[in-house]
Amino acid sequence: MLYIKCPHCGMRPQIEFSYGGDASVKRPELNKEISDQEWNDFVYNRKSLRGKHLELWQHISGCRQWIKVERDTATHEIFKTFKADEEVA
Amino acid sequence: MSQDFRLDSVGLINRDKKLSFKFNGKQYFGYEGDTLASALLANGVHLVGRSFKYHRPRGFFGAGVDEPYAIVQLYRNNETEPNIKATEQELFEGLEARSVNCWPSVNFDIGAINNFLKIFLPAGFYYKTFMWPKSFWYRIYEPFIRKAAGLGVASTKHDKERYEHKYEYCDLLIAGSGPSGLSSAYAAAKNGAKVILAEDKPRFGGSLLTDDVNIGNQSGKNWAEGIIAELKTMPNVVVKNRSQIFGYYDHNMLVMSEKVSDHLPKTKKYHPNKRLWYIRAKEVLISSGSIERPIVFGNNDTPGVMLSSAAKEYLKVYGVLVGKNPLIFTNNDSGYETAIEFQKHGVQPTVLDSRKNPESEIIDEAKSLGINIKNSYVVVAAQGYKKVKSADIASISDDKKQLGKIENIICDCICVSGFWTPSIHLASQSGNKTKFKEEIDAFVPGTSKQQETTLGAANGVFSLEETLKTSFEKGRELSKKITDNDNEVSIPNVVEKKSSKHDKFWCVPLPAGKNYKRFLDFQNDVAVSDIEIALREGYRSIEHVKRYTTLGMATDQGKTSNLNGLQLVSEIENKVVPAVGHTTFRPPYTPISIGAIVGREVGKNSKPTRKSPMHDWHEKNNAVFVDAGVWLRPRYYKRGNENLFEGSKREAKNVRTNVGVCDVTTLGKIDIKGPDSAELLNRVYTNAWLKLPVGKARYGVMLREDGIVMDDGTTTRISENHYHMTTTTAQAANVLSHLEYYLQLVWPELNVNVVSTTEQWAGAAIAGPKSRDVLQKLFPNLDVSNEGLPFMGYMEGNLFGVKARIFRISFSGELAYEVNVESDNGNFMWQKIMEVGEEFKIQPYGTEALSTLRIEMGHVAGSELDGRTIPYDNALDGLVSKKKDFIGKRSLQRAAFTAGDRQRVVGVVPLDKKTSIPEGSHLVKDANAPLPNPKLGHISASCWSVEYDNPFSLAILKDGKNMIGEKLFVMSPLKNKVIPVEVVSSHYVDPKGERVRS
Ligand SMILES: [Zn+2]
Repeated sequence: MLYIKCPHCGMRPQIEFSYGGDASVKRPELNKEISDQEWNDFVYNRKSLRGKHLELWQHISGCRQWIKVERDTATHEIFKTFKADEEVA
Repeated sequence: MSQDFRLDSVGLINRDKKLSFKFNGKQYFGYEGDTLASALLANGVHLVGRSFKYHRPRGFFGAGVDEPYAIVQLYRNNETEPNIKATEQELFEGLEARSVNCWPSVNFDIGAINNFLKIFLPAGFYYKTFMWPKSFWYRIYEPFIRKAAGLGVASTKHDKERYEHKYEYCDLLIAGSGPSGLSSAYAAAKNGAKVILAEDKPRFGGSLLTDDVNIGNQSGKNWAEGIIAELKTMPNVVVKNRSQIFGYYDHNMLVMSEKVSDHLPKTKKYHPNKRLWYIRAKEVLISSGSIERPIVFGNNDTPGVMLSSAAKEYLKVYGVLVGKNPLIFTNNDSGYETAIEFQKHGVQPTVLDSRKNPESEIIDEAKSLGINIKNSYVVVAAQGYKKVKSADIASISDDKKQLGKIENIICDCICVSGFWTPSIHLASQSGNKTKFKEEIDAFVPGTSKQQETTLGAANGVFSLEETLKTSFEKGRELSKKITDNDNEVSIPNVVEKKSSKHDKFWCVPLPAGKNYKRFLDFQNDVAVSDIEIALREGYRSIEHVKRYTTLGMATDQGKTSNLNGLQLVSEIENKVVPAVGHTTFRPPYTPISIGAIVGREVGKNSKPTRKSPMHDWHEKNNAVFVDAGVWLRPRYYKRGNENLFEGSKREAKNVRTNVGVCDVTTLGKIDIKGPDSAELLNRVYTNAWLKLPVGKARYGVMLREDGIVMDDGTTTRISENHYHMTTTTAQAANVLSHLEYYLQLVWPELNVNVVSTTEQWAGAAIAGPKSRDVLQKLFPNLDVSNEGLPFMGYMEGNLFGVKARIFRISFSGELAYEVNVESDNGNFMWQKIMEVGEEFKIQPYGTEALSTLRIEMGHVAGSELDGRTIPYDNALDGLVSKKKDFIGKRSLQRAAFTAGDRQRVVGVVPLDKKTSIPEGSHLVKDANAPLPNPKLGHISASCWSVEYDNPFSLAILKDGKNMIGEKLFVMSPLKNKVIPVEVVSSHYVDPKGERVRS
């Protein structure tokens, strides 16, 4: 079970969180004309990375904030966590 | 009654407390502090089971967790448990155990015929033999294997025992209470660190209980007792015996199984049987010691052949002699230690040492005691079937290839020592890439992967002096990092006998003309010849060899067999052992009860149960409840002998003719506040929300980004910047997360706050032509006329002194209202509704009637919004705005979603107007078409229409829009039904929606 540092609450066990997928995906702006390909990339297409991955988690049983977690998908090492609006360095 | 093999006044057992027990139906006795194994051995019982494949007689091989043979079926307090190691099971009064793997009895086992047919059971036997013909598998092979194999029988009864889970955090978790565990725990505790020290055995001390050493001018055992006693007094230390750390998981989380009650005849009231500890440790010290490894020779599985360390443990801890005429077979000095203990207690052993001229303090002592020692000698084969009777021995050449003349010597046990294998399992589980240590012919942990440090014998360090020194230092250093304290602990002086180097020798060659089985894996019956076959057949990777031969795959995970298996592969393949590599160690280190893993989440505790504030009233009024997610909801209120069908029909009919009331507290409720609330709703829902006036409600549908309907519900504008959203019961949590996702990550510029208020409000839906009369009685001062409170209107009121929210919304298709009060007043509201409704013949109705009402009105719900349908499919396309953008809109342009014959919700009525249609059935054009019969759609929901008194269903049907009036067939192979039906509009009742507006 992972041990995740919520930037708002501190170190908490994984059972308090819910996984939210790739954090690098950006939703296309509303009312913008976009191609099928762009839309499909946003909705469906994800890289299955081995290694460092920036992902979203929500602290559902805590502060309910969505956070960004930089994690190694192979080793589970967590490098850093970020608030939703924090710049990922 | 005396015990033939028990020494007087030796050992740590309590001789004042005799315990009687039964093994295979026969009565024996032992003492408090015995294990089942030591008590049986004290009684001279060596035959405990039959082997897995060949059903050969098997005895005791070890004295603890490494035991491969002595697995029994335990009976305790009218329960039974399989897969219990007799070497770990503590004796209690009235214990009963039976052998496994034998039928009809351990003494006469029909399966032993496999032993003589062993030509049929070589490596890969299961893969090769049972492959064909296919039809034989279920009828012949599987039943045969099931009867013949297995390590006991699981109880089919409900487990009455209780198992607990516990979460713990500590600075240092220490696995094992031997010399390294005790010293590191002591040093860390002195620095104020929070320490958990875990020992799997009942007694603390590890090897100090049996080794003849001196620490700080006292025996190792006394020193250990002193340290433990002091640790127990320290508030920052938890010491746990009978507690096995069996898994090392991510981020330094370890799991430990504490056997709380297994040593007692019966679990004490309110006590768990086992307690599973989830421990998050800042630092982990692995002091799990080492396990002696066997030397491989002919018939080395005969009862009476055992590890020399086990023989020593039985003697020193339990006062039990495993034999009175022991033969010790060793390649290192450990065998001599066992020999010395025998000799000291009046039993003359013979030592065979594979080494030519070993010299050390220990050997000198053995010599001075007059022990008979034969150098360059080996055991070629054990003789005897159910018990060792003698041994064929021979001298061996220096290159270990040639045997001398075979001699036979009489003995009643053979104690083997092939040196020591560090228990690296936990380190390996943590991700540590282990390395081969040439000096000890075994793997030791490499660079730490997580925050773990391996100490002492587990790290391949067998000198006590060095172990104590490094362990004290490590405990001090690691705790200092955490607590910032640095208290010096003086390292006690150590007196231990120096030993000489072991012999790199592990397998005795077969003598000419003999074909003895030489076992590597004792539990899975894998012999040297099996590995040879696997390699001959082309298996190379050790992982493949393991799976093909099942080497190391038994419940003991090859604790005594892995290294010898590797030695063999490396020898045949002409590679060095590190190049062969070892197989992966995975948790659990030793078998763990399923009950302990499950914990208390069983039966009604397997999920939370939520009840509405009106639950007690429902219960008193004969509600029959149904699980709705985590909620308990009344399904119907039983009157007399009514069944579900009759009761729900009565309730639904009463809504259509008079008035009914339904508990809708479970609906998800989300409070939305902020100046951009309308904008949020406008982006989340498919329809327009910017112009909803205060005091009005609107129905909305929300999509996922892929265009699939996520949820539906009404949202009401309570005031300028304040909205009240409702969701379905099932999706409440998801919808909240969904809104939070967009507000926090996608559109943080929106100034909106959302919070769940599901628990804050109790809700009652009042529905039916007389619902307005009931409402007027509840709120006599309000204008609730069609003009005062029109359809989709909202007002606040005072319900006999209680603040209430009134929504004119309908799920049943009738004139209806929903009244919400604060949860604490829910029961009061409900009683008032029943009271004032009496004169209008109000009846409560449950989820079944609720379903009937919505189905015949063609209201889609969870069974249509099933995660596979878009608004069009649900005839909700009228609610999809063409002007504005919203979540998931772009996906609706996908070709499949806009296809002309796209599926759509329809109504379905059986032609005979009688036959009920099973939900989930398929719709086909031709009932007699050849299989696979093309499926046109499926029945999503069925009811008995109370309006027309005949069955009615909703279906999701291909090209549903153009199918109205078509005749199709409903097919349900599961229910064996074929029903001719007609497709009708999904709006079966009041298609124009006049009633809700009346
Ligand atoms: Zn948090």
